[in-house]
Amino acid sequence: MTATTNTPSRAVERIKNEESFLSGLRNRHLQGTIWKYFFQAAIVIGIVALLTLMFNVVNRIVGLVAVREIVDPATLADGRDLESLSAEELARIYSEYRLTGANTDGGRVFLRDNVIGRDTFQANPQAPMSQLLPNADLPPEVGALTFSELQPADTQVILAAAAGQITLLDAVITEIVGREILEAWTFTESTFNRAAIEERVASNEDWAGAQLEWRSWLNPQFLTTRMTTIAADSGVRAALLGSLVTIALTVLIAFPLGVGTAIYLEEYSTGNSWFENFIETNIRNLAGVPSIIYGLLGLAIFVRALASITQGRTIISAALTMALLILPVIIINAQEALRAVPPSIREASFGLGATRWQTIWNQVLPAAMPGILTGTILGMSRAIGETAPLIIIGAATFIATDPGLTSRFTVLPIQIYTWTKDPRQGFSEIAAATIVLLLIVLLLFNATAIILRQRFRRKLSG
Amino acid sequence: MQQTQVEGKPKNSAIANALAVDESGAPKIERRARLVDDSIGYLLLACGVISVLTTIGILYVLGSESLAFFTSVNQQDNVFATIAGNLANFLGTAEWQPGGGKFGIWPLLEATLMTSFVAMLVAIPLGLGAAIYIAEYATPRVRASLKPILEVLAGIPTVVYGYFAITFMTPLLQGIFGIDTVQFYNTASAGLVMGIMILPTIASMSEDALTAVPRALREASYGLGATKFETISKVVLPAALSGILAAAIVGISRAVGETMIVALAAGAGPRFTMPPNFFVGAETITGHIARISGGDLSYGSIDYQSLFALGLALFFFTLALNTLSRWVSNKFREAYQ
Repeated sequence: MTATTNTPSRAVERIKNEESFLSGLRNRHLQGTIWKYFFQAAIVIGIVALLTLMFNVVNRIVGLVAVREIVDPATLADGRDLESLSAEELARIYSEYRLTGANTDGGRVFLRDNVIGRDTFQANPQAPMSQLLPNADLPPEVGALTFSELQPADTQVILAAAAGQITLLDAVITEIVGREILEAWTFTESTFNRAAIEERVASNEDWAGAQLEWRSWLNPQFLTTRMTTIAADSGVRAALLGSLVTIALTVLIAFPLGVGTAIYLEEYSTGNSWFENFIETNIRNLAGVPSIIYGLLGLAIFVRALASITQGRTIISAALTMALLILPVIIINAQEALRAVPPSIREASFGLGATRWQTIWNQVLPAAMPGILTGTILGMSRAIGETAPLIIIGAATFIATDPGLTSRFTVLPIQIYTWTKDPRQGFSEIAAATIVLLLIVLLLFNATAIILRQRFRRKLSG
Repeated sequence: MQQTQVEGKPKNSAIANALAVDESGAPKIERRARLVDDSIGYLLLACGVISVLTTIGILYVLGSESLAFFTSVNQQDNVFATIAGNLANFLGTAEWQPGGGKFGIWPLLEATLMTSFVAMLVAIPLGLGAAIYIAEYATPRVRASLKPILEVLAGIPTVVYGYFAITFMTPLLQGIFGIDTVQFYNTASAGLVMGIMILPTIASMSEDALTAVPRALREASYGLGATKFETISKVVLPAALSGILAAAIVGISRAVGETMIVALAAGAGPRFTMPPNFFVGAETITGHIARISGGDLSYGSIDYQSLFALGLALFFFTLALNTLSRWVSNKFREAYQ
């Protein structure tokens, strides 16, 4: 307050000269108004950013696409349904297809990576086929060949014998048949600029046979089908299931640990032991650790050191890592919920002769439960959108099968990340569809949290 | 009170027990052994210890792998010379080329600082402005509808912001400054979107600090003839300064540790630019960790260990910022009671 020393005299002068005082007042109010608009603008910019973000995503999930059939399924199998073909026929189709175009290996790469397995092959690349595929019923002359000696005809025989009809059908559908998205347009472009799009499709010579059609990228098929390498056919089923299983497991681990810690700190702690203060400070610090550090922790401990339990880069490792990540959130919220339970409830319970644990279990916890659950849902919301730690511990980017606890896995945000990075046509759109799906899941979580919070309030007031 | 053995009594004689008296005629009160009650405290303590173990785990993992990193590259006569030399290179040189054995953190650190700087340029003024509007100007009804909007903004997963940066912000910047000036991957786009992401954090922490300033201070200021804005700028803001500073520091810490936006939008490949160019791609510390570990990284390799050295640097950086934030908030807090 150094400026006050000479203000009184100045103020007196000002008031004497009323006109200058009034004009000064006007300026002061003007200044206030200008700043008020600035503060208002800050809020408006925040809201506009949110709306733009949402619009930018939603705008991409419906729109016109230019599509072309790559190979008509009918010509492949003389008009028969692909699914009715035998393994031999599918192996022939696949093997022959792989003799043309860019990839003329006759299916050998597919055989190595998807049937033998790359690790098995690299362990012994010179082994004969009968040794690499001990379970397959191979003709002896083919079984004696090593991988580098295989001719397309041999590959075809091995694929038919060892790959199985489902694997081959999958390969044929994803790699040979399929509709190619040549270009996709956003909803606004499709609506307001349709003529230009039609003109572009018609005039582009490389796009002969292309058709223009409306497409909703977020459709039931998208939710229920497996992932493929073609955006238009790809589904998000494995990632959705992966996310749900990971979250369920994460909560199963983090909830008891977090609530236990909170009960210890609030109900058992004396409040002044150095150890309890240390735990408190530690939790506050952990809440501020960047999520990517948890990823490094998970990679070194759960994926590597405990590989015998977690089987490496699996959902179990992911859930353990996520559980540590959301533990501080759950603890801090549970502490607040416990603190909000009035002491009179505890005292009444003690007065009736209940022990400490009986008081906590029968009185305090039920009263605090809605608050604890709200905090847990906040933690779940954080975990379901968290991407960085899972990239570090090695979530797979392409998973065609449903996830199991000890299989490699992918989750929704990982898929958003991978598809956003993919420059090919259509991937930006399925990334947008996945974002909408993720936001819907988040919305459901938060709606539950709000309902719980309201029940909590009603209970306290009533 | 006399302690007697439970075993010596008939089991179902609660009333007899309650009526029992000891030699002096006082009621006998016994403490029964309760397995659950006695052990549950230790069980809960064990839960609390998990969080301590997490910290120890982080320190151990980052420390041991970093040590392995600093002792294994560019080996010299003895271990200490190797560590000292590598540490000096790590902190003092501006070339990060794992293939060529060059590990200087500055290209990554520069990109981290650049994106965080842009983010703060957006988040501090807008976050503080929004907080002032909500705390000082908004009517209770407006406030009740504005706060959920900020909460929604805070709850959006960061990967979604990354998508927003690539599909909206980068094309927007390219449209404004020209496609030749602005590369597809650039730190400005990542930083701007990161600023929007951090805005709600700063806004909500600052708003808490502003609403904690007692009403009496504002009324005293009005009583002396100050306008609303003068009251806010000369009385309320200085009183809430510690909380606002703490919010800004937490914001910086979040910007430094943020991964997904920079991994998607800032670029792949470390690049040191002097003077800093915000329109070219550069890789941040977090972006580099995410990109390298995304591939098939073999355990124990130099690349693998270098990630932990970067993680350790990042850990200490954010820990220092978070501790500073708490210190500022406690040290300069004006207590009004």
